[in-house]
Amino acid sequence: MAAQGPNASEYIVHHLTHLKSATQTALVDWSVFHLDTLFWSITLGLLAILILAKAAAKATSGVPGRFQAAVEILVEMVESQSKSIVHGDRSFIAPLALTVFVWIFFMNAMDLLPLDLVPNIWAAIFGAAGHDPHHAYMRVVPTADLNATLGMSLGVLILCLYYSVKIKGFGGWMHELFTAPFGSHPVLYPINFAMQLIEFVAKTVSHGMRLFGNMYAGELIFMLIALMGAAWAGTAGSGLLWIGGVLAGAIWAIFHILIITLQAFIFMMLTLVYIGQAHESH
Amino acid sequence: MNLNATLFAQLVVFLILAWFTMKFVWPPIMKALDERASKIADGLAAADKAKTDLAHAEKKAGDELRKARESAAEFRSGAERQVAQLIEEARAEGARIVAAAREAAETEAASASQRAKEALREQVATLAVAGAERILRKEINAQAHAELLTQLKSEL
Repeated sequence: MAAQGPNASEYIVHHLTHLKSATQTALVDWSVFHLDTLFWSITLGLLAILILAKAAAKATSGVPGRFQAAVEILVEMVESQSKSIVHGDRSFIAPLALTVFVWIFFMNAMDLLPLDLVPNIWAAIFGAAGHDPHHAYMRVVPTADLNATLGMSLGVLILCLYYSVKIKGFGGWMHELFTAPFGSHPVLYPINFAMQLIEFVAKTVSHGMRLFGNMYAGELIFMLIALMGAAWAGTAGSGLLWIGGVLAGAIWAIFHILIITLQAFIFMMLTLVYIGQAHESH
Repeated sequence: MNLNATLFAQLVVFLILAWFTMKFVWPPIMKALDERASKIADGLAAADKAKTDLAHAEKKAGDELRKARESAAEFRSGAERQVAQLIEEARAEGARIVAAAREAAETEAASASQRAKEALREQVATLAVAGAERILRKEINAQAHAELLTQLKSEL
């Protein structure tokens, strides 16, 4: 193992490298896609909405089955949250919040799969297709990719702008951009506008970064735990490391159940809060 | 951790998924939930109504029972009064019959004794005449002395 296996740094770098459509050298390159992120997020998104659609298709007003009741609990939770936060027409916002919650929960839950399971399967397929399996990259947690989380928070920003214009009218929104938060005075216009811009940028970036940071860190800790367990080499001292790996992996995975749910919930709540703010005049 | 076009793809996917949920997932579930809520509300209202109806019926039954009891008691006391009256009447009738019988008997007895007295007077008068005849040894004309005899009779 020690002979051909990767060392710790190589292992982590390999696990943190995306399956890309092209090699990216610059920090920002709009011509490159992360294929693994897209594949998993779309697959999990479809899975999420198909499960929900299945529940919706079979929904009856009679006595619900367990599956229907579970989906209904979720829907009622989202409905009550959106009702208390967004005042106005929620016919798109409440379903949006439901989608956000379920989809992000599913994407986060990929973290709970055994760390090397999917990458190894992919490496086998990649190798069987005649490529070098050492270059088979696969990251299975889409929310641990900043592109995915910022993409979603950017979607929320666009919806915020849309609802601002829709609720307040373009003129009203412009008025608000220049007069809030400090007041209506020509001297204050630029300051107000700058504050509003900062607010929008800060909201969007923190919204995406929060989810990304949590999932990225969680994934990294799984990798470190896996490395600890893999340090086992048959000696008494390393045997303890193996036991430590199992214990730490179990503890972190159990704790992670809370984190993935909590982060999905936080992302949903912030989505509602930001869109709710777009509904309210300052 | 590089930014690239994945971001926009994710954005589009995000909006499409949300649209799908709005179109096909949310409305049926909310409809089912609302329908169930109204069903439950209806059921509760029906249960309430049934409870009120039951209370009504119980009250009515109690009233009827009480009324029946009252009328039965009335009947009984009426019958008792009637019986007492009948007994009273019968008793009075009996007393009346007894009194009448006694009166008749008394009248009968009085007239019988009168008749016996009359007959006795007749016989005494005849005996007196016969005795006087014998004493006088002389025939007395009964007809000629009828007035005398009648006077004598009435003095007896």
